[in-house]
Amino acid sequence: MDWSLPLNLSTQGVVIDRLFWIIAVLTGVAFILVEAGIIWFSIKYRRRDGQKAHYTHGSKKAEIIWTAVPAVILAVLGIYSGGVWADIRGASALPQDALTFNVVAKQFEWNITYPGSDGRIDTADDFVVRNQFHFPANEPVIVRLESEDVIHSFFVPELRVKQDAVPGMTIPIWFEATGTGEYQIACAELCGLGHYSMDAQVVIHDRADFDAWSAGQAAGN
Amino acid sequence: MATIVAEGTGQAILEEHHPQTFLRKYMFSTDHKIIAIQFLIYTLFFLMIGGFLAIMMRYQIAWPDQTLPGGGILPESMVASGYMLPEFYNSLVTMHGSIMVFLAIMPMLVGVYANYLIPLQIGADDMAFPRLNMMSFWLMVPAGLLTLASFFVVGGAASSGWTLYAPLSARPDLSGVELGQIYWLLALVLIGLSSILGSVNYITTVINMRAPGMTWFRMPLTVWALFITAILGLLAMPVLSAAGIMLLFDQTIGTTFFLPEGGGQPLLWQHLFWFFGHPEVYILILPAMGFTSEIIAAGSRKPVFGYHAMVWAIISIAFLGFVVWGHHMFQSGMNPMLGLSFTISTLLIAVPSAIKTFNWMGTMWRGNLHFHTAMLFAVGFVAMFAIGGLSGIFMASTPVDIYIHDTYFIVAHIHYVLFGGSLFALFGAIYYWFPKMFGRMMNEKLGKVHFWLTLIFFNLVFFPMHGVGMAGMMRRIYDSSGYAHLQGIQDTNALITFAALGLYASGFLFAFNFFWSMKKGKKAEANPWNATTLEWQTPSPPMHGNWAETPVVYHGPHEFSHPDVEDKDWLAQNERPDVVSPAGGGH
Amino acid sequence: MRSEFLKKVSVLVAAGAMAACGGGDSGGGDPGGDAGGGEAPAAAQVDPATVGTISGTINFAGDSPAPTAIDMSAEADCAAGYGPDGPMSNNVIAANGRLANVFVHLTGVSGGPAPSGSVQLDQENCRYMPHVLGVQVGQNIEITNSDDLLHNINASPTENRGFNISQPRAGITSNQSFPLAEVMVPVRCDVHGWMQAYIGVVDHPYFGVSGPDGSFTIPNVPAGTYTAEAWHEAYGAMSGSVTVTAGGTATLSFDYSSDMAGAHVPLGEPLVIRHGEHGIEVHRGAQD
Repeated sequence: MDWSLPLNLSTQGVVIDRLFWIIAVLTGVAFILVEAGIIWFSIKYRRRDGQKAHYTHGSKKAEIIWTAVPAVILAVLGIYSGGVWADIRGASALPQDALTFNVVAKQFEWNITYPGSDGRIDTADDFVVRNQFHFPANEPVIVRLESEDVIHSFFVPELRVKQDAVPGMTIPIWFEATGTGEYQIACAELCGLGHYSMDAQVVIHDRADFDAWSAGQAAGN
Repeated sequence: MATIVAEGTGQAILEEHHPQTFLRKYMFSTDHKIIAIQFLIYTLFFLMIGGFLAIMMRYQIAWPDQTLPGGGILPESMVASGYMLPEFYNSLVTMHGSIMVFLAIMPMLVGVYANYLIPLQIGADDMAFPRLNMMSFWLMVPAGLLTLASFFVVGGAASSGWTLYAPLSARPDLSGVELGQIYWLLALVLIGLSSILGSVNYITTVINMRAPGMTWFRMPLTVWALFITAILGLLAMPVLSAAGIMLLFDQTIGTTFFLPEGGGQPLLWQHLFWFFGHPEVYILILPAMGFTSEIIAAGSRKPVFGYHAMVWAIISIAFLGFVVWGHHMFQSGMNPMLGLSFTISTLLIAVPSAIKTFNWMGTMWRGNLHFHTAMLFAVGFVAMFAIGGLSGIFMASTPVDIYIHDTYFIVAHIHYVLFGGSLFALFGAIYYWFPKMFGRMMNEKLGKVHFWLTLIFFNLVFFPMHGVGMAGMMRRIYDSSGYAHLQGIQDTNALITFAALGLYASGFLFAFNFFWSMKKGKKAEANPWNATTLEWQTPSPPMHGNWAETPVVYHGPHEFSHPDVEDKDWLAQNERPDVVSPAGGGH
Repeated sequence: MRSEFLKKVSVLVAAGAMAACGGGDSGGGDPGGDAGGGEAPAAAQVDPATVGTISGTINFAGDSPAPTAIDMSAEADCAAGYGPDGPMSNNVIAANGRLANVFVHLTGVSGGPAPSGSVQLDQENCRYMPHVLGVQVGQNIEITNSDDLLHNINASPTENRGFNISQPRAGITSNQSFPLAEVMVPVRCDVHGWMQAYIGVVDHPYFGVSGPDGSFTIPNVPAGTYTAEAWHEAYGAMSGSVTVTAGGTATLSFDYSSDMAGAHVPLGEPLVIRHGEHGIEVHRGAQD
């Protein structure tokens, strides 16, 4: 019964998780107030012989309070969310000159194009590895997502990254891992009968290990 | 009681006395009450089917390495060598959602209760267009048959999710499903047409056929909700129908509206679908809110707290419902700049929902609460809908949505809204209006057992799904055992499945109560709940034409516990306060 | 290519009704299944005095292509089933002047003995076994998964209705058949992009597939003169003539060569036979 967010391993995850817990506290308080209120009223005002209900059509004051309070809280939350969103997905948020990978999804594989020894994508020394995504930690990386057939979704829970891969579009996203280790890409958008097993290995290296791995792959191809 | 006089206009309604054949009276009837009952039986059947599909899915999720019990009777295209196949699982996912939304919940809210309640609550003798009304039911019949048949055609039923995302839904070579998808799209077009005809009818009826004195702000909140819902349906369903036909063309005659290889755009489908789909969410909740308001007022013996605020909340939810569709598409590849505007509009729409919740609580406050089964379900609705509304705030926040999008967190959310919300309210509505429909009471003891089992099992099924979603379990996956990050929640998945079995089983208790009471229930009086709205001021069940005399309305819909009325705690809409209690002032 | 709308709509209703009656089981109820159930071997229906055997070889001239390695690193369970050289493709096998996986069938004949039994298609260590197989129209193809992981079997014919089914774990079998003749039907697994098989569907029992030694045998052929067609996924199609005598064994050989690599490989297109520089050339569809 592990009902918790998995280990976070990205810089974006820090702010996403913080926002998650802020909302969890806000909605948790509202949840307790509402549910406790319903239970309390249900007990306190349950039918009694000779009890007559209080005749009222409402209260302007109460209406204004319970319109304004949620509106203000939600507006603040919306603006704060918008700021965080712009930092992650905004047009100018994409880091310049970051190491870039092409990730092409197809039923039911992730094909990753690596930049090769020159560190630049779309050059002659690029190489493709099926279902294995290696990248270095502690620096921003860009993934350009594409799909060959249907919509897939690139999801790495530990990186708090999810983005649909849509045929006909190239969608760049970025993230920065704060630790190394082996994880998985999962497909989060129903893409056909192999959807559930459309996973790929994610290996986050430190930079030196990544370069060594990349050189080894390039030599093997 | 002797002092109470129900006033009429004095004009007797012409009743048809010519004899009717069984076929004309019960099958091809134009009486809105009979059509409503036809819809009710139809939708309960599909509720059972949709639930059964969910149970099969849950079995697979909980025990992915086990053979499906009884799976041997299913064809090899569904269950091979005893194991459920992923493509069949995808069909279950798709058709569970599709059937529940389009063939169970929506026609139960609208087909049943808009039909039954609008004429009775506004004091009309029938719908404005009785034949269109009959047609809107009979269009649903082939739609239902096509849906059922689609499971048994080559390739199986549609399997691209209830949202039918293209290109998967448009490319048989990629989904393995051709006929099943086409059958479902044809069904969807029929459902759309049925819904549009129904909407035209409801809108016209509400505008034109209100009884004398039934001003807009004297209408029961159910009528308000159903009226606004009909407008939503009229504006949203054509979009779905058009998109469905475009998808059908992509699938069959080689157009490429949604296929990039021919210059099409997969995201266009999503925009069209959700431009329909989000108003649809409100089509599925507004009538439920109306029923709840009605039942809580009668159960609390109090007028609805903030009636006008409730009406404006319905209208603003409906209006805002058309500008929030993008919040389903934050991770779709849509321009991220749109994120903020859809976040704001989505959070805005939470405000009227909050107002409604507080107003229901305000209605209960200092009331004299009668907890009959309908009231239990209505209060249950408020409690469960609140959870669904609050969990929606997580996904409205774009950064958080990056993580929880397409996980079980969303599954939890939609079920708190559609089951904890719509279906709880519908159960309440069935218990509440059953005596009016069938002239007999449902068994209260069984009803209360049904409520408590439903409440407990419902929460055991869907609350843990928030945790499963937090752990990162993707929606619509057939087997989670291949993912390291999901190893810790397999026990939760098994628990959910056990609870789902309990939830489904408790539905049969309801079904037994429903059909048993129809034959053997205690005879119902005209007004068993001592309620105020017009439908309770005519016999149970009402005669053909509804009224002996057209009622005249003198005041708002929920005049409970009026201080000037002494010998009872309610005042029907067609009772004049001065007649009831000469001492009282004219309201 | 998508066919026309009206045609499709009319087919829809009929196909839907048929499938509904058959319970959606597109395999077992077909003629192939019935014939397979009855113990009526083909030989019993032919008079041995009127038939002969075709025995042949597929020759291969030029340099044999090097075996292709498959990167199965993401499927450790499958990769473990191979020796020290790692997983190798079994698609194109040419060695010692012989070519394997060539589908040979007679053209211009139909009927003949009903298909007997099922044809097996196995998935083993993430490869199809066999890689090329022939079946008769309506004959049952029993597809088995010997790997304990998900495979899907995605057949994309042009004449027949395709299927795309899955087998999520070891031990699952599924049955399929094709109602129309079609040479060849490509089959692939979308989970493992390298997995590919070809099924030749013909409406008679006179076909064979060359083994690793390049040889094939077509038994029980009624005496007469026939045109035979050979098909290979990389080197294209060619045809030859063969005369079968009652009780005799006719030989038939086809000569492929390495410079035919990249030839047009016909798949399910209308048959076109014409005279070219290598003798009779067989193509499908209007091309060139």
